[in-house]
Amino acid sequence: MASEESEACDCSALPPLSPIHLQRLDGRQTYDYRNIKISFGTDYGCCIVELGKTRVLGQVSCELVSPKLNRATEGILFFNLELSQMAAPGFEPGRQSDLLVKLNRLLERCLRNSKCIDTESLCVVAGEKYALEERDPVPLSIHHMPICVSFAFFQQGTYLLVDPNEREERVMDGLLVIAMNKHREICTVQSSGGIMLLQDQVLRCSKIAGVKVAEITELIQKALENDRRVRKEGGKFGFAESIANQRITAFKMEKAPVDTSDVEEKAEEIIAEADPPSEAVSKPVLWTPGTAQIGEGIESSWGDLEEEDEEDEGGSDEVTILDSVKMETEDQNVGNHIGDDTPIVLSDSEEDEIIILEPGENPKKTRTQANCQQGKVPSKKAIRKKKQQPAD
Amino acid sequence: MAGLELLSDQGYRVDGRRAGELRKIQARMGVFAQADGSAYIEQGNTKALAVVYGPHEMRGSRSRALPDRALVNCQYSMATFSTGERKRRPHGDRKACEMGLQLRQTFEAAILTQLYPRSQIDIYVQVLQADGGNYAACVNAATLAVLDAGIPMRDFVCACSAGFVDGTALADLSHVEEAAGGPQVALALLPASGQLALLEMDARLHEDHLQQVLEAASQAARDVHALLDRVVRQHVREAALLLGD
Repeated sequence: MASEESEACDCSALPPLSPIHLQRLDGRQTYDYRNIKISFGTDYGCCIVELGKTRVLGQVSCELVSPKLNRATEGILFFNLELSQMAAPGFEPGRQSDLLVKLNRLLERCLRNSKCIDTESLCVVAGEKYALEERDPVPLSIHHMPICVSFAFFQQGTYLLVDPNEREERVMDGLLVIAMNKHREICTVQSSGGIMLLQDQVLRCSKIAGVKVAEITELIQKALENDRRVRKEGGKFGFAESIANQRITAFKMEKAPVDTSDVEEKAEEIIAEADPPSEAVSKPVLWTPGTAQIGEGIESSWGDLEEEDEEDEGGSDEVTILDSVKMETEDQNVGNHIGDDTPIVLSDSEEDEIIILEPGENPKKTRTQANCQQGKVPSKKAIRKKKQQPAD
Repeated sequence: MAGLELLSDQGYRVDGRRAGELRKIQARMGVFAQADGSAYIEQGNTKALAVVYGPHEMRGSRSRALPDRALVNCQYSMATFSTGERKRRPHGDRKACEMGLQLRQTFEAAILTQLYPRSQIDIYVQVLQADGGNYAACVNAATLAVLDAGIPMRDFVCACSAGFVDGTALADLSHVEEAAGGPQVALALLPASGQLALLEMDARLHEDHLQQVLEAASQAARDVHALLDRVVRQHVREAALLLGD
């Protein structure tokens, strides 16, 4: 755990919380947020948000019920969060209750207690019930938007990271979540994980949160505007559209800025120091009708695990080995037909590794034979041989 | 409750207290004979009972035992008669689970768990009457119970709630003040170092007022510490008398 901790933030001997020189595992600075992507679904009230690699789906739905007796003029809000088993290997049914409780309560406190949704506007006049098709949906009246910002503390509060990702969360001492809206009103503060905080740390975090929340609120407003515009203009919207431009699929690479200032120098250095490439062999070798081999494949490194000693010898003289291969192949083919007492299994399965001890053969050559086997197009006569330990 | 004035012009609250004044705190330690440690606390009308068992061997799943420290297990429950309306689910609901987690977090930070590897310390807290400041009363009761059980801690853990009304920070909120919907802070403090073991805040509070509210809550927690300290010394004195010197 200790090595992971020191890796999580590459700390030099600088005064703590100096943001410029610290770099995180994914290249972010101390106060950087991950990329946020927002996509809306076809129905109103459906949305997927991506924060780095964390993805959450949110859905709003409603039904007509009679209000609570002691609050006759207010509607009822329910919040529910579920951790699906698809989301992470640690999320199993019944096992993640601690995290689930914490997140649910955080959501509830952040959204319910801060009264960001006007519950009185949810109250429908008695006697008027409309089906969804009959009336245009009215947007929920929202007073303000609380946004949560998380801070992770390391080494008893010496180091602070904004928006920790999963690996950083695993080694952190504790987490502080501050929810704020763009008017700089704090909606929720929650510290968890058993860290000891000092008052000025909390105040500093709230200042950082203010900045971040302003940016994120702007992003959300822009996304909502875009979606509204697309729907009004009759354009295509919804998740199906997002698949085409790879917005909600998981397999995509983010663009990352690369520093190419010294690329030319480095490239020249590498070229100068590199060995000249080995001679190319142009003469093809015909194994059977329809199967030919040109040149030799790269030396297989699978043998490294078993034959550490042989590795150096095998790798250095590629050119000489090639000649010996040509000589050996005829013998080996003959060997097929003669039928040794060793079992010969004809299968293309990679799992069936058979050790064939052919007397009087150099282990080195056996290895290259195996190499040239793999260089061939797999044919029915191929015998997969396991890399042999030096038998002598 | 629309016209209820939480802070009058003269600076008096609903129950006649001043802004920074705590409610009357009375506490007793060692109220249960069979538990290793127990305590009962009354903060105004909020009454909480805490019981500690441990450190003892892991019950249940041995696999959860930590090799280098003790596991602290906290359970929070409210008696069905504790609130104005009868509570239908005393344990198992999300609020109770969250409270249990928060108590555990608080005490794991304060108890010297390294001294008891592979064991378990159980803290059970029950609220008998809830009149605001539930979390604070539970933490204070649990601190006393842990001390009664003789489990070493880094420092007292003192908690208090605070609110903000009309530009003034109020310390130790009662139920009426909590239900009014203003911002509330619950804070657990280790007085000697001033470190916050837990900080929780609800409802909207402008960032500029945060410091004021935190200060008020910290000061209130320190006042609670003075009281708890007195209670512990009194208890020890009584126990020493009974044992005879």
